[in-house]
Amino acid sequence: MSFINYAQREIILKIVYYGPGLCGKTTNIKHIYQGTNPDARGKLVNLETQQERTLFFDFLPLSLPEIRGFKTRLHLYSVPGQVFYSKSRRLIMKGADGVIFIADSQRARREANRISMEDLKENLDFHGYDIDKIPFVIQYNKRDLDSAMPVEELRQDLNPEETYPDYKACAIAPEGPGVFETLKSVVKQILRELKKTS
Amino acid sequence: MVSGQVIYEEEHDRLKDICDRLVRDALAKAIFVIDTDGQLVTETGETEDIDTTNFASLIAGSTAATGGIADMLGEDRFPVHFHEGDQNHIHVSVIQDALILVVIFDDRSSLGLVRLRVKRAYREMENVLNNMQNKQEDDDHEEPDIFDDISEEELDDLVNDTF
Ligand SMILES: Nc1nc2c(ncn2[C@@H]2O[C@H](COP(=O)(O)OP(=O)(O)O)[C@@H](O)[C@H]2O)c(=O)[nH]1
Ligand SMILES: [Mg+2]
Repeated sequence: MSFINYAQREIILKIVYYGPGLCGKTTNIKHIYQGTNPDARGKLVNLETQQERTLFFDFLPLSLPEIRGFKTRLHLYSVPGQVFYSKSRRLIMKGADGVIFIADSQRARREANRISMEDLKENLDFHGYDIDKIPFVIQYNKRDLDSAMPVEELRQDLNPEETYPDYKACAIAPEGPGVFETLKSVVKQILRELKKTS
Repeated sequence: MVSGQVIYEEEHDRLKDICDRLVRDALAKAIFVIDTDGQLVTETGETEDIDTTNFASLIAGSTAATGGIADMLGEDRFPVHFHEGDQNHIHVSVIQDALILVVIFDDRSSLGLVRLRVKRAYREMENVLNNMQNKQEDDDHEEPDIFDDISEEELDDLVNDTF
């Protein structure tokens, strides 16, 4: 659903971070903010409750270098993970060009991951998207924890056919391994998709 | 299939003209037109101190949330809402579920005047929107060819240069 403004010569791509509560969506976006050249990033918006739970969404605008005279901008959003915010999740999905699903590797969150994935599919369906067509990437976050499940098991639950690119990550670490890889992967999928349809 | 919202130069300029007039007629500080997914379409007036990108995404978010509240009350939507501050006030109207017209004003103006002037601008924007939608149905081929002949390497460079 890319937004193309010929007058401003810019294309805006909306990327949504999805996943169960506390899986690390906000942490991913904060890491991207910190790791991006100040010229290429806008202000980071966090709408958090006093318990640091994302209330409505996080938002971070980024710009890619100009290409063919057009500026490509990325708008990163995260959805609130808690089950009771299902309405706002659906609202934020509207107009998404690509989705990143962050899974929490902890075994205790196994069911939460599965429920969130189901919820994502329902919400994509609601907006008329097909998960197998929209650019989509999975990230297994919190790989640093002892309680992390082996990746094979997570994959079995969330990506059994290995239909989607998936990455291991530790968003909390200073170098945040996996964080940028995940984002780049979805951005490239979206740009390839634009190329196909144009 | 990625086929999104397209704003052509002609419609952009017409929306901008309507805003330029509205900002004067309503004695407003600033006016924004935002698409309901959170992207800024055009702006006018005293916008220098506002981070317009973030502003647009928050307005779209709060408009969507307001729509969710309407839904819970069995209303189709709340097409107009208003935020009153100490010095600055915001008048928000949703045009055909596609565009959001935001008027920021202070005590140089009044809610009554803003309402009155918005009414006319609203109708004009509806016309522009109808035009735009017809256009989009007519010429699907007018999709951008920006990424047409871009190579895999260029794509790699594009993302790697940024991050
Ligand atoms: N150990 C560990 N903790 C993480 C990691 N990523 C995020 N966290 C922690 O998980 C908690 C929830 O993260 P947050 O980003 O707020 O989750 P969100 O609800 O998905 O936005 C916070 O306390 C983070 O510090 C990670 O890679 N490893
Ligand atoms: Mg969060």
